[in-house]
Amino acid sequence: MEKFKKITGVAAPLPLINVDTDMIIPKQFLKTIKRSGLGVNLFDEMRYDDEGKEIPDFVLNKPQYREAEILIGGDNFGCGSSREHAPWAIKDFGIRCVVAPSFADIFYNNCFKNGILPIALPQKQVDILMKDAEKGSNARMIVDLEAQTVTTSDGETFTFEVDPFKKHCLMEGLDDIGLTLEKASAIDAFEGKLAMTRPWV
Amino acid sequence: MSPKTLYDKIWDAHLAHEAEDGTSLLYIDRHLVHEVTSPQAFEGLRMAGRTVRAPDKTIAVPDHNVPTTPDRVDGIQNEESRIQVEALDRNARETGIHYYPVSDVRQGIVHIIGPEQGWTLPGMTIVCGDSHTATHGAFGALAHGIGTSEVEHVLATQTLIQRKAKNMKVEITGQLAPGVTAKDITLSVIGHTGTAGGTGYVIEYCGEAIRSLSMEGRMTVCNMAIEGGARAGLIAPDETTFEYVKGRPHAPKGAQWEAALTWWKTLYSDDDAHWDKVVTIKGEDIAPVVTWGTSPEDVLPITADVPAPDSFQGGKTEAAKRALDYMGLTPGQKLSDIEIDTVFIGSCTNGRIEDLRAAAEILKGKKIAVKRAMVVPGSGLVRAQAEEEGLADIFKEAGFEWRLAGCSMCLAMNPDQLAPGERCAATSNRNFEGRQGRGGRTHLMSPAMAAAAAVTGRLTDVREIM
Repeated sequence: MEKFKKITGVAAPLPLINVDTDMIIPKQFLKTIKRSGLGVNLFDEMRYDDEGKEIPDFVLNKPQYREAEILIGGDNFGCGSSREHAPWAIKDFGIRCVVAPSFADIFYNNCFKNGILPIALPQKQVDILMKDAEKGSNARMIVDLEAQTVTTSDGETFTFEVDPFKKHCLMEGLDDIGLTLEKASAIDAFEGKLAMTRPWV
Repeated sequence: MSPKTLYDKIWDAHLAHEAEDGTSLLYIDRHLVHEVTSPQAFEGLRMAGRTVRAPDKTIAVPDHNVPTTPDRVDGIQNEESRIQVEALDRNARETGIHYYPVSDVRQGIVHIIGPEQGWTLPGMTIVCGDSHTATHGAFGALAHGIGTSEVEHVLATQTLIQRKAKNMKVEITGQLAPGVTAKDITLSVIGHTGTAGGTGYVIEYCGEAIRSLSMEGRMTVCNMAIEGGARAGLIAPDETTFEYVKGRPHAPKGAQWEAALTWWKTLYSDDDAHWDKVVTIKGEDIAPVVTWGTSPEDVLPITADVPAPDSFQGGKTEAAKRALDYMGLTPGQKLSDIEIDTVFIGSCTNGRIEDLRAAAEILKGKKIAVKRAMVVPGSGLVRAQAEEEGLADIFKEAGFEWRLAGCSMCLAMNPDQLAPGERCAATSNRNFEGRQGRGGRTHLMSPAMAAAAAVTGRLTDVREIM
């Protein structure tokens, strides 16, 4: 997994609440058996018209946001389906960090598995970041995972919370299956106990 | 011992390892797998030279992509869908996990067949790369959806890295009025708490109205816990649960059944357990409801009018404007005046035998007044039972298409899709933009309400034609 330490980049504003994973990547793109190549279909139904032409008003189609590395969203971002295709598409587009007042649980976890940092901040701070993002490509934000801060183009800094284990894995780009397999003896012991106490499992 | 919730008890019984910072390895009793969210996980496993740790606890079935028309016996026409289903065939064969291929009469939606086959048991931990895994919580099992990376993690280690969620109690007191169903309960709760109201929590549903529900009804309630943002929904097991489970193919038998039963009877929240959040709703206050917007929280009684965006606050005003525009609705319009093109009865929310019975009861001797209507049973066995009970004939005589089992138009990955602007009364779980097809308009409701809409051609209060 790609490491995440610190990024300085353009932030795209998407001031919508309840952005669901069907919106992020519609079902017709879930038929792939690969993880790659989904960026072109990120937000497909909002991004392209019925003929497949770009809708110029959509934020990621605007010249100043085509290289966005940060996305600023509304409350309950990533709700709905558990499809990991959503973070795969976000990452493939080039976005490494999503900031919103709150996230749906499964999407939030899925981000960390794919080198994406989801940051939950109070609504008022997200409002400030949203305004900053609206300034376009000259306004570059800084996201520093080690310091746990987001800094606006004006130099205003907000601190965010992140689970220490998730932070560690993201900063080092660790494969958590490998980490779990180091605890194989604990799993073996648990299974031994299970066979005695709940043999029907 | 300090008092515990049901969630606390199941959590404690599955804790294989806990780090000092609270990061835990939760042992997984059942891993359900379908074709859409698993190919990359199996591939990842192969690339890393790892194997499936517990094939006997892993159960796979293709459901999302499969066509539900009779011609599917000739193979899946859509190439990408076919490749995905073939990948699951191959992965299941190579790893030796339990498998129900498309040709098996027991094939169906993963969340329908888990309980049907007795894989789902009280007190278990159950995961699947599918958000509606919450369904299995109806048995008092801790069940939730995971992403594909986590599918790979569970395949390799039979555990999941977790931090404990908070406890939330949703109590539905008293009894439901006639015409009100489990679907109305679960939609009303989401209408009350919002789609993020459960974020960070595991919900336990309790109260007299929940206790009175059948297992089918309880599965409908828990199925949509995810739509309320919760990690999982739970209902404590009782005699109704044990009665449903007993004798199922993979349920314990003999002495093991007795041992299991003894443990299952300890699975309830202690009287003085701590709840981080409590919501109480009176059963008699719940009406038959429908959704008007593009979020499952956009719920109102069928007797209400389409709301004005200005009646909401914060970001919801803009979201409601966008939703009404997408749905082609006007504030003040009566919900019961909204005309419907299509009716879809099925899905992991409402594709079980009791759902089909409820819809057939309304449709008996009547004809549909919509362009198309389809019933997609949740499994091959539900379908067979419905045929045996004469329900299939009622649907067919009314003008419904009688389909084979699958997820079908709930998420429209197979050929069953809405056209742009087509308006559907659906018993499924999500009314998101484009969910049932690009530009399609979805109104969520119970099977009886969907049947009523089929008969009148508009959203209809089922109590008027009961």
